[in-house]
Amino acid sequence: MADALRYRTDAPADEPAVTLDAFLDQADAASVRIEAGDDVRHLLPHLARVKLVEIDFPRFRDGRGYSSARILREAGYTGEIKATGDVLVDQLLFMRRCGFDSFAPEAPITPAAAERALSAYPYVYQHAADDAVPVWKLRHG
Amino acid sequence: MYRYDQYDQAIVDARVEEFRDQTARRIAGELTEDQFKPLRLKNGLYLQLHAYMLRVAIPYGTLDSRQMRMLAEIARKYDRGYGHFTTRQNIQYNWIKLEQAPDILADLATVEMHAIQTSGESVRNISADQYAGATADEIADPRPWAELLRQVTTFMPEFSYLPRKFKFAITAADSDRAAIRWHDCGLRLVRNEAGEDGFEVYAGGGMGRTPMIAPLIRSFLPADQLFGYVQAILRVWNRHARRDNIHKQRMKILVHELGAEEFTRQVEEEFAGFEARDVDPPRAEYDRIAAYFAPPPFETGLPDEIDRSDPDFALWLDRQVAPHKAPGYAIANISLKPVGGIPGDISAEQMEVVADLAERYSFDELRATHAQNLVLPHVRKADLYAVWQALDAAGLADVNLDLVSDIIACPGLDYCSLANARSIPLAQKISTRFADIDRQRDLGELKIKISGCINACGHHHAGHIGILGVDRKGTENYQLLLGGSGAEDVSAAKITGPGFDEDGVVDAIEKTLDAYVRLRDPGERFLDTYRRIGVEPFKEAIYG
Ligand code: SF4
Repeated sequence: MADALRYRTDAPADEPAVTLDAFLDQADAASVRIEAGDDVRHLLPHLARVKLVEIDFPRFRDGRGYSSARILREAGYTGEIKATGDVLVDQLLFMRRCGFDSFAPEAPITPAAAERALSAYPYVYQHAADDAVPVWKLRHG
Repeated sequence: MYRYDQYDQAIVDARVEEFRDQTARRIAGELTEDQFKPLRLKNGLYLQLHAYMLRVAIPYGTLDSRQMRMLAEIARKYDRGYGHFTTRQNIQYNWIKLEQAPDILADLATVEMHAIQTSGESVRNISADQYAGATADEIADPRPWAELLRQVTTFMPEFSYLPRKFKFAITAADSDRAAIRWHDCGLRLVRNEAGEDGFEVYAGGGMGRTPMIAPLIRSFLPADQLFGYVQAILRVWNRHARRDNIHKQRMKILVHELGAEEFTRQVEEEFAGFEARDVDPPRAEYDRIAAYFAPPPFETGLPDEIDRSDPDFALWLDRQVAPHKAPGYAIANISLKPVGGIPGDISAEQMEVVADLAERYSFDELRATHAQNLVLPHVRKADLYAVWQALDAAGLADVNLDLVSDIIACPGLDYCSLANARSIPLAQKISTRFADIDRQRDLGELKIKISGCINACGHHHAGHIGILGVDRKGTENYQLLLGGSGAEDVSAAKITGPGFDEDGVVDAIEKTLDAYVRLRDPGERFLDTYRRIGVEPFKEAIYG
């Protein structure tokens, strides 16, 4: 995972992520893996001990993980959210906007390609989990 | 009409550049077709049987003459001189070259148009009442809300990889010309007793292989909370839809499986969260957009009388022209359904004629309808004769709005790679069989809708008479359905019995209509006769 894309300055979590069930069983676990079909809301009572949430994309078409990430951010979680699995460069922008801040795609993405994709759009139309300002706010101050 | 500001333009321009880059990578072989497919589909570019097809968005069906002229230019420059208006108020070009697609998007961007989210598993172009802003039976013009919704649902980070496509329709009128309950989400703008605007929200409608009429899930949503509520709906669906069977992933299936009540409960729960986070644009943004939709400066004191001395004009007037809210004005419908023609097709030259008429006679406004026709929404009654003459000279003065030859048909096997049967030649045969205008008028309001496969792009479930193309042991076969409606009296059509070949189904329609003429009460529409007497007498006429 050395070539993972990471947009955080803190040290990465050092323990491997466990399944949601295992995490809920083990009171000291701090890294958890959310599969596409998991209900991320089960994590919400335990956010204080979470350092890393990996959210898996079994197929790039499966967009459940976007909601999972955003729900975590809405609940105030500030730790790392990593996208794993079938993650494509053209999805990075939406993922970043939903609160993902690191990426470990199956097929590696170069930092240059990531940079290009993340800077493709000068404005956004709506709030999300990032701090991009929607155009209606720019219009009305 | 809405005009882009610097932000809208910058976003659409960025989209063109992004797609130019993606296309170049595909042509250079850096992207496989598998990788490229989802990217092109987010830009309305399909690979059809013979060529690429590009679907261009016409948000809520509204466009001006400048945009129509550009659509004509694109038809000439990049296609074969034609365009095809679709059942979603969009326009499609059927003969596109991949390497030219980015140039087309760039040309479109110069007139504030795009193909964003016209395909793929995202929120699609929002459709609306084609008479919005012109009809007397609406409480307000719904298009400012449609434009607001267009913006906030463009490139939604959380909802760009939805389980399937998602379609909105919006109206503010009593008569439902937008088939709102056949949509994933149908919105009707209403006003409460305190004089506040809000929406009736319907969710979980759709056609395809499992036709569902959307139930009401909210009878009054304050209009300012629209975006929060929409996100709540999308989130419940995005999280809980099946992902293992493409035929069961539309939202209608989830609403049906959970039941409207439980679905609504979950939506309301999510909505409370969105509300608390204050995600909706402020009223000032609605006001900014609404200013673009201020009524045009209608003249007052205009006469309402129309000289009907030309009998051909009088025929057109009685069929194609609808009442307008402003005295002295009228709504003029332009038929794209000539006898023997391809429903929704229009040549570049005809587009230019229509653009000129819009500019000269309709405050520079045009509408596309989900029935694949066009509308000049604001014509002075005194100008109708001149408009008719110009349309007639361009071959656009057919008199068949909502009559038997005003057929909706999907592209079918002539273009579509998913098709089981051809739709267009069948539409041509039906309109030719019933070409006689006196007979058409005698048969009265009749909505025939043809789909070339179970995906139902031709809305056959909502047809008074619906036709579904199926594959029967390798040959094209057509099922006949009766009794559907996309209007406020919404209903799903039912299959009559065994299917037919192409000529057989035309005969079956004729038998159905002969039975109707025999059995109707005076002044009764086909649909009402069917509802009164049921399917049996028609079955007897068809199969007996
Ligand atoms: S209904 Fe079927 S054949 Fe017709 S356009 Fe849709 S997918 Fe193609």
